[in-house]
Amino acid sequence: MRRGALQARLWAAGLWTLALTPALVLLARALGNRLGANPIEELTLELGQWALRFLLLTLAATPLRRLTGWTVLLRHRRLLGLTAASYALLHLLVYAVLDQGLLWSQIVGDILKRPFITVGMAAFVLLLPLAATSFDAAIRRLGARRWQALHRLVYVATGLALLHFWWKVKADTAEPTIYLTVFALLLVARFVAPGHRFRRRPPAGRQPA
Amino acid sequence: MKRFRLSVPGASAITPRAVYQARRQLLLAGAGAGLALAWPGFARSASAVGPLAAVPRGPFGTDEALTPRQFVTGYNNFYEFGTDKADPAANAHTLRPRPWQVQIDGAVSRPLTVDIEELLQPKNLQERIYRLRCVEGWSMVIPWIGLPLADVLRRVEPLGSAKYVEFTTLHDPEQMPGQKRDVLPWPYVEGLRLDEAMHPLSFLAVGLYGDVLPNQNGAPLRLVVPWKYGFKSVKSIVRIRFAEQQPQTAWNVVAPQEYGFYANVNPQVDHPRWSQARERRLGEGLLASRRPTLPFNGYAEQVASLYAGMDLRRDF
Repeated sequence: MRRGALQARLWAAGLWTLALTPALVLLARALGNRLGANPIEELTLELGQWALRFLLLTLAATPLRRLTGWTVLLRHRRLLGLTAASYALLHLLVYAVLDQGLLWSQIVGDILKRPFITVGMAAFVLLLPLAATSFDAAIRRLGARRWQALHRLVYVATGLALLHFWWKVKADTAEPTIYLTVFALLLVARFVAPGHRFRRRPPAGRQPA
Repeated sequence: MKRFRLSVPGASAITPRAVYQARRQLLLAGAGAGLALAWPGFARSASAVGPLAAVPRGPFGTDEALTPRQFVTGYNNFYEFGTDKADPAANAHTLRPRPWQVQIDGAVSRPLTVDIEELLQPKNLQERIYRLRCVEGWSMVIPWIGLPLADVLRRVEPLGSAKYVEFTTLHDPEQMPGQKRDVLPWPYVEGLRLDEAMHPLSFLAVGLYGDVLPNQNGAPLRLVVPWKYGFKSVKSIVRIRFAEQQPQTAWNVVAPQEYGFYANVNPQVDHPRWSQARERRLGEGLLASRRPTLPFNGYAEQVASLYAGMDLRRDF
């Protein structure tokens, strides 16, 4: 095997491992009764956080290439995006089935009455068409331009997911702040990266002494 | 009401009740001074060893299964030691609960400073098993040891002008590292109306599960008001002040639309982020469903009359 091909396979294997490990760890903790005093809350929180982390990783693909020329995330962006959507789905399922016991009146009430759940749900709904068009035939069918336009929804979904997390925590916003900062940096990096036409020129005139 | 027996410290709650009760009898029969050796935590307040291990059962018990001890002591909201539920158990070792004094003053004729050792006198103490309902939608059943709040309050002879009682947590960022961050206005303050404070259910806890109160649970002295959400039960109290005005309480100051002064458990009044209709009893595992929340956390018979004529949707 060529060195490049082997490297590509290793990267793929690594990213698959990265995608699956949190789920397997959570499964092991659940089976081993090691999720703490409030296991459902813990499971919900962990799954939601992993959905966010993978969303941010997905969004890092383009800036990473612009800044460093690295294409590895870009080549596996679909895997990362689908992983994020899967964790979001598991997050929602744990909430609906284990936490609310599929009590629809409660669930619908939550979605309608509690803004943090409303925006979380909206974020999930926005991810659905992206996940549903994550195969080559869909790109051909939609045409690359329209497909890409559709997939820009990921920014809206991530923004809403971050808002969902922000509103969920009571007083300590340290962790959502970290995610929000990463999100902001990724957005900035997309538009102001080396090689981009918005690059700042060195200031003219006097140099500082 | 069934007779309740005091449980042993340790893994009692996850052991079948009959087994641990039998074991406790054995221990009591032979233990005596051995208790101090078996639980090093007792050594710091040797005088408390006997009393806490043999306090009588007080009123207001329940037959409901106790929440396992490791959850009562390992899942805490005590932002003075961090905002994660596991933080207090990990960080509260920096608190020094002895020596400790509580200042009782304000609109009283005999202001007083009480030493914790005095409150720990065996003759004062009793055990009460109370439900605890958190505004976040979870609940526990905890065997507290302590004394009726009214017993302490009466000693300072409140003036007729006193309408409220304000409780203040220790403010010392060295002992409580969470206070180095402005998550809440420090020190944590809570308050009760005078009649609520004097109610026989209102309790000052100095222990749980037959042991002195662990730091993360509010050592050495905390309030327990079982018909109100848990955040009313202020921990590590250093001051009790009788006031003419309603006290400015910590969570109420931070988010008045979410945390009322009264904070009575009420399945009819939702918190903006959590429905209060049902609750999750901790320790019941992944597959247990939520249970309906009772008005006043099941203590309506005892306390509903305190709020006659009030609109508890407005005064939540």
